[in-house]
Amino acid sequence: MSDLSFLPETNWRCGKCGEKLTPRITNVEYLGNTFTMELLACEKCGLVLIPEDLARGRMFEVEQLLEDK
Amino acid sequence: MDQQSLRELEYRCIQEQPPWCSAACPLHVDVRAFTAQAAAGKWDAARKILERTMPFPGILGRICDHPCENVCKRLEVDEAVAVGALERCCIENSTPQSRPLVLPGKKGEAAVFGAGLAGLTVALDLARKGFRVSLRYPGETFGAGLTGLAVPKEEFDQAAALLKRIKVDLREAEIPDQAALDRLLENGLAVFLDLDEPAARVLAEGETPDAATLVLRRSGLFAGGGPDPEGGYSPIRQAADGRRASGGMDRFLQKVSLTAQRETEGPQETRLYTNIEGVAPAPRIIPADPGAGLSGEEGRAEAGRCLRCECMECVKACVYLENYKGYPKLYARQIYNNESIVKGHHKSNKMIDSCALCGQCEVVCPNDFSMANLCLSVRESMVRRGKMPPSAHDFALEDLRFNMGPHFALAQNAPGAEQCAYAFFPGCQLAGSAPNHVERVYDWLREAMDDSVGLILGCCGAPALWAGERELFGRTLDALREMIRPLGAPTLVTACSTCYDTLRRHAPDVNTTSLWEIMDRTGATPSPAPGRVPAALAVHDPCTTREHPKLRAAARSLAGKCGVEVQELPYNNELTSCCGYGGLMSCANPGLAREVAERRAQQHSGDYLAYCAMCRDVFASTGKRVWHLLDLLFPEAAGENPAARSSTGFSERRENRSRLRRNMLKALWGEEAGLMEPHEAVNIAMDADVASRMEDRRILKEDLQRVILHAQETGLRLQDPTSGRYLAYHRPVRVTYWVEYAPEEDGYRVFNAYSHRMALEGDRQ
Ligand code: SF4
Ligand code: SF4
Ligand SMILES: [Zn+2]
Repeated sequence: MSDLSFLPETNWRCGKCGEKLTPRITNVEYLGNTFTMELLACEKCGLVLIPEDLARGRMFEVEQLLEDK
Repeated sequence: MDQQSLRELEYRCIQEQPPWCSAACPLHVDVRAFTAQAAAGKWDAARKILERTMPFPGILGRICDHPCENVCKRLEVDEAVAVGALERCCIENSTPQSRPLVLPGKKGEAAVFGAGLAGLTVALDLARKGFRVSLRYPGETFGAGLTGLAVPKEEFDQAAALLKRIKVDLREAEIPDQAALDRLLENGLAVFLDLDEPAARVLAEGETPDAATLVLRRSGLFAGGGPDPEGGYSPIRQAADGRRASGGMDRFLQKVSLTAQRETEGPQETRLYTNIEGVAPAPRIIPADPGAGLSGEEGRAEAGRCLRCECMECVKACVYLENYKGYPKLYARQIYNNESIVKGHHKSNKMIDSCALCGQCEVVCPNDFSMANLCLSVRESMVRRGKMPPSAHDFALEDLRFNMGPHFALAQNAPGAEQCAYAFFPGCQLAGSAPNHVERVYDWLREAMDDSVGLILGCCGAPALWAGERELFGRTLDALREMIRPLGAPTLVTACSTCYDTLRRHAPDVNTTSLWEIMDRTGATPSPAPGRVPAALAVHDPCTTREHPKLRAAARSLAGKCGVEVQELPYNNELTSCCGYGGLMSCANPGLAREVAERRAQQHSGDYLAYCAMCRDVFASTGKRVWHLLDLLFPEAAGENPAARSSTGFSERRENRSRLRRNMLKALWGEEAGLMEPHEAVNIAMDADVASRMEDRRILKEDLQRVILHAQETGLRLQDPTSGRYLAYHRPVRVTYWVEYAPEEDGYRVFNAYSHRMALEGDRQ
């Protein structure tokens, strides 16, 4: 299981391999804290998608929490 | 911060000191809260406040001889608030509110002889504390000493009923003789003699009790009340005696010290400060029917005269202090707690990082409390301990690195000269906001000064100082010194008061003067085109001029020479308010900084005059019309409508700086700046709304260029097959930027961008 899951409907595909994006558990790190996120990523090369609402929403909140820890 | 410094800080802020009235009141009635309710006509609520500290408000509230009125702050304006009359008005317009709380039973017994106000208070206090209490008084003497005062008989009946309800053994009885008294004391009882009762007075044998404890002659025996030595009669003193004696008897029965920690009982001095400037005189309300006292309506009006004395001088002046809904004494404690937490949420980080460090609080505070010093020292400690949130200041610190880097930093002797006596140091903000002014001023300086004038582009390090980055600040100053040295240690001519202030304080070895003083002194002011200069401007002093009166005077004088009538803002000169940029407030808390700027912009309806490029841009960003002093002095370089010029965006500032460097190097020294980084060749375009979103999100044009360059070179990008757009990310240092773009004719169009600080696995750091 991942700490955060974010799998929206999306039109984005990998621009390099042309593949569809599928869920993938990815490690993330901030200020020495590591955890996992389930993100859409290219099946072949692993290029991930972090959509705007995730970056400016949940991720931002977690960043702020960790900064004040 | 340690306990000791916290206590010193807390002592310094006197906002929690009692107002003069409550301090002087022997019972410390909360007069300020009482008058607040009374002014609202809420007499029941007002009575509740009396009941908190006053025994038998139905009696004492009608007859108190109000020593508070002798010290009321309003005396300095006109007349004291009629607190005594208001209490009476309150009693007449309300009913008893709270049932007295009785604590669980305690071991120990007390006997009270005499039912004057002192004796009644002792019985009430001790019964409520849970002791067994008996009260004896000779027939018909209930309320001894109060007869003849304006207290209706029912109030005494109610007082007796109240005492019985809380289990006081209340009885008419002869006062015992000395032998019986001795027996009580030998049995360990605490005994009180009310000296308003003649028979109890006989037992006192003409002796007076100890003033501090009201102990009479021997342990366990207490006495109080009675006629004043001068023959006067003071109900408040009697009640206060009762309160003091009950405190002592409580201690006696519990076998603890009779004297320890009783300093706060009884009338006190206060250290409070209250500013009465601007308080309009309003004489006391005279009751229409003097015999009946104040009517409810009259009482409301009289209570409205109360100033609700408090300090709050700094909070009134500072939007930041107001924003956190307290005052420095509270903030100091919150910050101390924030510092002490090892694990858990640091709630006050944002508050610590939002202060403009402008020092206004210290100047307006009657006790020189400096929130700026507090916040700065704590920021430094946070940085040392690795506890500073990176997002708070990163953006500004990156800007500092840019300004001390190859795109902006420059140190040149005057063209053709080997050494220079002066060097113009415009600072990064003027160069970013109005590069044409920099060129024009440098031309003027070389013409007007007899000595040769070099040029230094760079940063004074203030952002590092403000961020608490002591080490980076030191390194920045050293780098600046390295730039100056080869020019022969010239005196820096600063156009920015922040540079001036920072260098004066932290690099006294560097000679520093201000452009304004030089221009004012040489008298070689260019003559502005008639009709272009406004008739009057309201001057905003940058907060970094607070300690530099000469600088402020020079700026005013120069504006005057340009034919402008200089008007003053409410907080000006050494009291000036920050524009919201200082201390990196706008970096750590952009929303609050904007409010600060807007409030300042509203203090005068006319156009403003700024003499700091940052102040100018901050006001311009709120839509305020604002002139920079250089707009007056060099109108030909000011553009068509200088007061309406919008604020310069972050990307544009950087571009302005590197272009300025390139242009000046070429024009004055015939040198090529060379040095283009690959991403600079990436041509990008975007709509205005996208550009302003980038501005809000603190994403620079060069961040976008870097992402696109990286994506195009590596092919690592997502694509939407329907629209053909790309989405790519790149993490140059500590922030990952995402850019949505599409190629167009000779470059790329950017549709959106966002960022995050978290790193994905495998990101290069
Ligand atoms: S003005 Fe009000 S708060 Fe101030 S001292 Fe007088 S009664 Fe007290
Ligand atoms: S000015 Fe501010 S810091 Fe100073 S005593 Fe008053 S409330 Fe406290
Ligand atoms: Zn792929």
